[in-house]
Order: sequence, then structure tokens, then C-alpha cells
Amino acid sequence: MLLKRIVVCLDVIGERTTKGIRFKNNVDVGDPVVMARDYYLQGVDELVFYDITASAEKRGIIIEVVRRVAEQIFIPFTVGGGIGSVDDMKEVLLAGAEKVSINSRAVRNPGLIEEGASLFGKQCIVLGLDAERDATMSSGYRVVIDGGRTPTGLDALSWAREAENLGAGEIVLNSIDADGTRAGYEITLTRMISEQVGVPVVASGGAGKIEHIADIFEKGKADAALIASMVHSMGYTIWEIKKYLSERNIAVRTDCYTDL
Amino acid sequence: MTIGVVDYRAGNLKSVETALRYLDFRFIISQEPEKILKTDRLIFPGVGEAGSAMKVLERTGLGEAIEDFARSGKLILGICLGCQIILDRSEESNTRCLGLIGGIAKMFPLDSGLKIPHMGWNRVFGRQEHFLFKDIPAGASFYFVHSYYPLPNLKETEIAYTEYGLRFSSALAHENITAVQFHPEKSGQYGLLLLKNFLNRKE
Repeated sequence: MLLKRIVVCLDVIGERTTKGIRFKNNVDVGDPVVMARDYYLQGVDELVFYDITASAEKRGIIIEVVRRVAEQIFIPFTVGGGIGSVDDMKEVLLAGAEKVSINSRAVRNPGLIEEGASLFGKQCIVLGLDAERDATMSSGYRVVIDGGRTPTGLDALSWAREAENLGAGEIVLNSIDADGTRAGYEITLTRMISEQVGVPVVASGGAGKIEHIADIFEKGKADAALIASMVHSMGYTIWEIKKYLSERNIAVRTDCYTDL
Repeated sequence: MTIGVVDYRAGNLKSVETALRYLDFRFIISQEPEKILKTDRLIFPGVGEAGSAMKVLERTGLGEAIEDFARSGKLILGICLGCQIILDRSEESNTRCLGLIGGIAKMFPLDSGLKIPHMGWNRVFGRQEHFLFKDIPAGASFYFVHSYYPLPNLKETEIAYTEYGLRFSSALAHENITAVQFHPEKSGQYGLLLLKNFLNRKE
């Protein structure tokens, strides 16, 4: 049976990794390449790099990070942030990333999902979806863009479905309300989206305890759980997270510790 | 020994390339049939759609080169789409394939309630006596991304199976032809070990 995935997210500014609360107050936590290698050796299933200050002149830095990561970790990884064209996608994929993640730019130009999927395959195109509670929306959640700053009139569930139809192969679903709170993932939102789309959903935002990860798999029906500060700064290890999940009978990859 | 990697523009070869470099093997990546035929061992990767991949293989002569290579008795490893293209036929765009191992690539049933593509880590129960799975325990996890699965004509060509709604063959072998549906180059330590097993095999 398909195993539940633990995905570690590294927010990259220049050559450093940071962790912020609700996209603000970013704190430096280390070199992304070294961190990626350590998480890989600890048994992480997948990595996501977000180039959070992506700009034309700094573009080369993330590409260099991707290239160095690809040379020494042999698990899938995704790159997001500042990807606005199929040329940007191509650059990141050729540097060694498995997938690219698009968020605000997909909302502004949904054709980008379609174009990327037809050129590189659906499995390469990840939709980053930031959702925020909004009682006026039929699903109860709206889509926000620009790192949580700009609300849109889009309903989160309709956008997830539309993106799937356009060719998104996976959705990283981030709850703006839960992000950075360490009080747990938003289960209602995750379960709703996961049950109504046919592509894998990676839950993001709010993890602070190992139990939260078990909950998002069991109650939230997530296919993968994204974590950041738990391992970057709160002292948890991938190893103990996987051990706990296995004890709760959640099937995860635990055979990754043999040093061959 | 020269290792060849077939480049037929089906997906990204970067991860295969970095894995081979990490394992310190000499290899060439080529789109030219003559160069491919001169290598001693072949990796046939690929991600994408079977129909368009077969068209490229036919147009470029690479398909024929792979068939010739297979007849020469030298070892081949198909990966992902490469594991489907070596069969007789794929249900994807109803495509006639290379026919190096008898069988078809079938689509996962849409009504199973399972998400398609089958994407992520899953357990692979490999036959220990086959050289590809040497020192890899049955049930080791590997990374998959696919919507079609191999269904070989002969059960004995299955050297590993995996369960996703149904039990399917996740690795095949017949004489010098071997193929895996998962991505060893993205499957951590056991993936690298499987590649090493293939590359170090004494013919």
C-alpha cells in the first residue's frame, strides 16, 4: 500500500534557509544543502524548497542550490517561488528538481498549469494553494495569494478542482489560519480538499507536535504532511516522527536508515 | 565497461545522470542509435506518454537500436515508462511497443477510489534470488509515479510485486532484459543499491 509521506519544507532566502510565522519574521536556520542532506539521511521522503524572495537577479542562487541538492540526495524534491513561465520550470527541472510548485502565478494565469503539464507531465506540476477561512465562500475557504497578503474572490475547493482539471498533479494545501501556530493542521480544510480531488494532497501549516501529523493522516486524509519548524528549530527528528507514526499503525517508510 | 542512457526526450534524465555520477560509473547519454549500440549496458528511462514516446523511438531509429541491443544479449534496465515500452503493447493511446517482454501496460482502474497516478513511496516485494534485488529486503520502499502498470504474459517474468488497490508486477526480468516500474534514482539508498546491482552484474 502507498505509504504516507513526510515532506520537509525549506524556505530559502539567498543561500540560507529560514522559517517564518505566517510568512513574516523570518529567522535564519541554516544552509539549505547541508540541511537537505541531513534530512535525507534521517529518512525524509521528499523535500520542498521555496525561493521566498525570488527575483530576477537572485534566480541563479536557487538554481545553484537545486543543482547541489540534486547531486547528493536521491529522493524527489520540489521547487517553488518565482516560477512564472515554462522556461522557469524547465530551468529548475533541468537542474535536478522532480517537480515545480506554482501558487500566485497560477491564480493570475491558470494557463501556466496547463502549459507546464503538457510540456513536462502532470506529475511535475504542483499547485501551491494558500487557503483562509471565509464564511462567505461555499466551501468555507478562500484562496489567498502573494504569500498570504492578497485575498482573491476564489473559493478554495473550486480552485483546487479547476487546477486538477488543468493538469496539476499534486496540491500542497497550506492553511493561512494554522500556519506558524504549531497548534495542528487544519483538518476540516484538508479532508474536504483531499476527498474531493483525485490528486495527492500535501497538508501544510500548523504542525507543532507529532500527534498533529498522525491526525492529519487519520482524520484529514492527507497523502503527505509538510513540516518545517518541527525539525528546523523545535528539535524533532524525522526518525522519531516515523517511529511514532509506525507505532500508531500509519504506514510510513522506515527502511531508510540502513547505511549501505 | 560503458553504460549507455537512452535519451529519447521522454522526461528529465537529470536524476538518472546524478545517481550514476554519485555511484561513480562511466556513462554516456545519447540520442544516437549507433552510439547506443556500442555501449555494454543500457539504461532505458522515461516519464511521459507511451504513444508519443514510441513515435520518437520509431522516428529516430532508437527503438530499433534498443531491439538490436536486446538481441545482442547485453543487459538492459527499463525504468518507469521504459518498463512499459519494453512490453508488447500499452493501453495508453493503444500503443504498440517494443515487445522485449511479453505483456501489456494496463491502466489502474478508475473506479477503485484510489488516486491516480500512483505517486509516492510504496513497498516492493522483490525476488531475492534475482540479482537486481540482491541485499534488498522484500518490502523495501521505492518511489513510484505512474498511471499504467505492467501485466506480463508469463508470471515467471515478474521479479517483484507491489500493492496499490491491486497487486501488480513492479519489476520484470526475462533473460538479459530487466525493468522496474519505480524510480530507483529517486528511491534513496535501496534505489541506489538496485542500480549498483544492475551495473555491477557480471554477465
